[in-house]
Parts: sequence; C-alpha cells; structure tokens
Amino acid sequence: MTQTSDYNFAYLDEQTKRMIRRAILKGLAIPGYQVPFASREMPMPYGWGTGGVQVSAAVLRPEDTFKVIDQGADDTTNAVSIRTFFERTAGIETTTTTGDATVIQTRHRIPEEPLSEGQILVYQVPIPEPLRFLEPRESETRKMHSLEEYGLMHVKLYEDISRHGHIATSYAYPVKVEGRYVMDPSPIPKFDNPKLGDMAAIQLFGAGREQRIYALPPYTNAVSLDFEDHPFEASKADHPCGLCGAEDSYLDEVIIDDDGTRMYVCSDTDYCEGRRAAGFVGAMAQAGDGEILTTQRELEITA
Amino acid sequence: MYVAVKGGEAAIENAHAWLAEERRGDKSVAELSVAQIREQLALAVNRVMAEGSLYDPDLAALAIKQARGDLIEAIFLIRAYRTTLPRFGVSEPIDTGAMDCDRRISATFKDLPGGQVLGPTFDYTHRLLDFKLAADGEVPAAPVRDTSPAPVPHVAEFLNDEGLMEEAPHDDTPPPDLTREPLEMPADRALRLQALTRSDEGFTLGLAYSTQRGYARNHAFVGELRIGAVPVEMDIPELGFSVEIGEITVTECETVNQFQGSKTEPPQFTRGYGLVFGQTERKAISMALVDRALRWQELGEDFVGAPAQDAEFVLYHADNIQATGFLEHIKLPHYVDFQSELELVRKLRREAMQNTMQEAAE
Repeated sequence: MTQTSDYNFAYLDEQTKRMIRRAILKGLAIPGYQVPFASREMPMPYGWGTGGVQVSAAVLRPEDTFKVIDQGADDTTNAVSIRTFFERTAGIETTTTTGDATVIQTRHRIPEEPLSEGQILVYQVPIPEPLRFLEPRESETRKMHSLEEYGLMHVKLYEDISRHGHIATSYAYPVKVEGRYVMDPSPIPKFDNPKLGDMAAIQLFGAGREQRIYALPPYTNAVSLDFEDHPFEASKADHPCGLCGAEDSYLDEVIIDDDGTRMYVCSDTDYCEGRRAAGFVGAMAQAGDGEILTTQRELEITA
Repeated sequence: MYVAVKGGEAAIENAHAWLAEERRGDKSVAELSVAQIREQLALAVNRVMAEGSLYDPDLAALAIKQARGDLIEAIFLIRAYRTTLPRFGVSEPIDTGAMDCDRRISATFKDLPGGQVLGPTFDYTHRLLDFKLAADGEVPAAPVRDTSPAPVPHVAEFLNDEGLMEEAPHDDTPPPDLTREPLEMPADRALRLQALTRSDEGFTLGLAYSTQRGYARNHAFVGELRIGAVPVEMDIPELGFSVEIGEITVTECETVNQFQGSKTEPPQFTRGYGLVFGQTERKAISMALVDRALRWQELGEDFVGAPAQDAEFVLYHADNIQATGFLEHIKLPHYVDFQSELELVRKLRREAMQNTMQEAAE
C-alpha cells in the first residue's frame, strides 16, 4: 500500500464502480431485493468487509467525509484498517463523529445517533440470504424470494417459540421490506432493528464474497418478523452504560478483573464519548482507581 | 478502571512491523531472491499462478516471498493485484494440439503417435530424502538428444475416429467470464471449468478422490496428460489478423471415462477435461475427474447425491480465497452479536431454571 498513486480514486477502476453503482441503483429501485454483482477481489480478505468496501468505493466522492465502525467502535482493528485503506487510496477526510460523516461503513451496528438525509450507511454483510440456514441452495432460495414463499421462515420462528418461549434469534434478525422481500439486516443486534425502517439516510448492503448488493432507500418500511401474540422485542443488557450512564444505548459487556466482574459500556464509542463530553457521568466512571461501584456476577439466574 | 479500548492503529502498525521482521527471519542467513523462488520453487510458483489466475512467474515468486511461503496467502496477493489490471482484450483460444510438450503420457495406449514422454516427473523417484541437497544442490546436466518436432495429436482423436468417444461439437459461443460476472446457477460447462481451473488444489483433489472411492464413481482413465508451452495469440483489430504475444506453459488432462449409456446416450466413452496454468499435474487430473462428475445431467446419468456431482456445492466452495477469507473472519471481533446471544441464553436459562424449581416445589 505504499505506491497508492498507482491506483484509481478509492482503489477500484471507474468501470467497476459503474457496474457496482448500477447494482446499487437496482437495489434502491427494488428495496430488499438481492442484486447479483461481479464482486472483485479486494486487497483485504473476503469476510472482512469487501462488500462494504466495494459499495463505499463506488459511492465515495472526493468531498465526502468517511466514518468506519466495527461493532459500534471506530477504533477496533478492522475499522482502523478500512478507514486507513480509504485515507490512502481516496485521500478523503475521515471522522469518528457520526453527525459529521457523509458515508458511514459499518459492521454489526447502526449508530445510536439518528442519521439524517444526505448520509449513506454502508453495511458489511457476511451472508445476505436470510433463508440460507433454512435452505443451503442459492437456486432454491432465489425461487422462494420470487414466489414470496416465506412460510419456512415463519415455521422456524414458530418452532423457536414452541421450544424456548421466545424467538431465539438475537442478531441478524430478518425484516420484511415494504411488505415484499424478507431481508437480512446483516448481523446487527436485534436492538438495532427498529432503526432500519423509516430511516432518513440511504442504507446500502454489500456482500462481497456472496456477490450481492441490496438497499433500503430513505423512509422505507422495514418490519421485523414476528407474531401477533409474540411481538418483536428489541433487547439489550438491562443496565446503564458504566461510563456515560446512557440507558438507551446498546451495551458491550466487559470483564474487568480476575473475579469476572462485569462492566457494561456503550458499544457505540462516538455516542459514549459525546455524552461524556456533554457532562454525563456513568456509575463506574466516578469510581476511584481499581474500585468498582456496581458488580454484576455472571449468570445471576437464581435471583 | 476500564476505559474504552483505544490503540488499534498503533497495534496494527506494530504487528505489521513484527511480521516483516519474521518474514525476513534470521539475518545471518542469506535473503531469498525472487529469482531463486521462481527457478527453484517452480511448482509452488505454478500453483500460485494457476489459482491466482495470473500468468506471471516473477509476480508469483514475489507473492510467495511476501507471504512467507503460505501459498493461499500468495494466491490472494496475486488475485488482489490482477483485479487492478486493465483488460486490453481477449486472446484466441490456445491450441494445445500444437503444444511443445515437455511431458506427454497416455495411460490408455502403450504407444501412440508422438510417443510417451515422461519429462521432468517425480513419478518414479523413490521418496528418500536426499541429504546431498542439504549440503550442495549442484546436479550434473541431464542427457540431451535432438528430437524432430513431430506433431503430437490428442489421444481422444483416435477414439473419436472410431465413434467410441462422445462428440464434442464445436461451439463458438463466447464463454462467460467468472471474473466479470457474478457466478450464477445453473453454470454451464465453460463456466464450471473456469471455476475449477482456479479452484483450490486440495479441495479439488479431495473431491476427485471421492469420485474414485465411489461417490459418483465414473471410472476415469488418463487418456492423456500433456505439459508444455503453447503460443498465445491475440487478434489485433488494427491489423486484421492475430499475432503471437507470448507463450505460456499449461497442463492439460483428458480423461476417458467408461459409460454404459443412458436413456439419451448410447454406450461410449465420455470425457473429463482439465487445463491449468503451469506444470500442475495433480490439479489438472483432479479437475478432469470433477468436471466429469459434474456432467451427470447432460449425459443423462442419475444424481446420486455425491458432493462432486453437485455444481452448487462444488463451485461455491472451491475458491480458496473466498473460503479462507470467510473462515478466518471469525477471528474478527463479534462481541456485539455475542452480547445479544449472552442476553438471550441468560434469559432462556433463567426461565428454564424457574420452571425446574417450580416443578420441584410442586
């Protein structure tokens, strides 16, 4: 990556970008439909965000400001790697501030701060096919989508309820788009699902290895699958953030000492930092060095 | 005291620096040159060219050096590089009948026009470690004699003349391009062969072996295996004719497979075909066996549910760059998804325990 001047803006050549843009436009025209595209080998491995990277490369303009998050955080290693890739190959501005970004590439999260019109959220997608684990054959699942044959998915969810009392899907929870296509929202926690529908920003989904692109245009209807007597429920750890005290954000669980003491912190690092800068202080941020105010023991099932 | 994890950038840079140091190894040992790898690890270079889909021994050697000898990593480097290359045009199909053969053997005829030429093969070596190589790799020159450049016709043609071989009708349809179009099913034979020629050697070998052991057995004979250089010609529109632009070494394998006949075809021999960049004999034979197994439908055979018959299974899992990427990505952080699983499992356990306690109380 030292001779970056040898590469075109944002790495991909213009013909490839046009091909990807056509797939994106088709995806926007048919929300939730998986558009096959001729994914290229990228200089990072398949499974590490090549779909998202190709979509970002196709939509980025020199004047854009780019943000990359992985698991909600700007500083996780793969987010750093992808951000650096575009800094080098496109020379664009990057940011960690959600509101300042025009294009946000994400893996496994939707930012807590509501996005606005003019922003694009690019998801990295490992398995774009929501029916894949029910039917391994692509030729079959494509048929099922075209016939709108989603009974198998409802049976799976129903079996979960009859076995566990709950739908046992906690991430990559399928949604139905505009009453037509069942879509995989990528492995975001189901906590994020309600943000998918009616979003002001454009949402683009790129699956490089599986060669699929799909999209949700702004203000698109996307409903998490459920049953009348078992309505969808967005869940998260039942704690406030230990650092900023937020009660409305998705939390990561961190083990902080040898006794297995847990702490819960916002997975969206920019959101957490923003709150702390605004003066919000969580219970554990007040504690002295090494001292823990609240402790949460593992699996308090007897409580 | 926990603070949000920072320092990913510095950690990555340091990891890269350490990697570079490890790649070089002990500095008191002379550094490998790219030319040494190209000349002395030629079969590794060939594999990287074949599965990287780029014929350039120097770049393949460089990739092997950079990848510390990890061939899949080297193939990945070549693939990522080849996508950035502009495409000037498409060559004429190579004529393997006009090959300058280094090796040409047939397992189906004892002797035949063009002869049996063993060439540089491991086949009849005794696999004994040669400790002389540890001290001194110099070898005496191999004996040489002049040969007349006689034509070396394809073995399949002899069976063809007798009508014993299935016909392979000439087809001028431009083949699909796996690197420019998304792979979609059903895949025709041209597309399948394209995917197989760059498929992982180990995966293809395993599939081919499974057909020999009875999972869609198709009784393959190596009708012919030939390795050698063929000219590559390209049509230059400004000139109105094609000119030779270079030469590549390829391995071609045609299998002759027993065939009892089916509802649609009379008893005859059928073909499996393998063509791979470089001297890559194990891969070419494997490819031919898998190609033949995948042809069950057009030959009116039964689908017996064997993995090697299943085009979706084979083609979607044969690419080692796709496979290794997705496999290794599970090293990346997944704590957001894992957190939601934790919450779910805790909830389900809590309810299950409560139910058990309640039942015990009653």
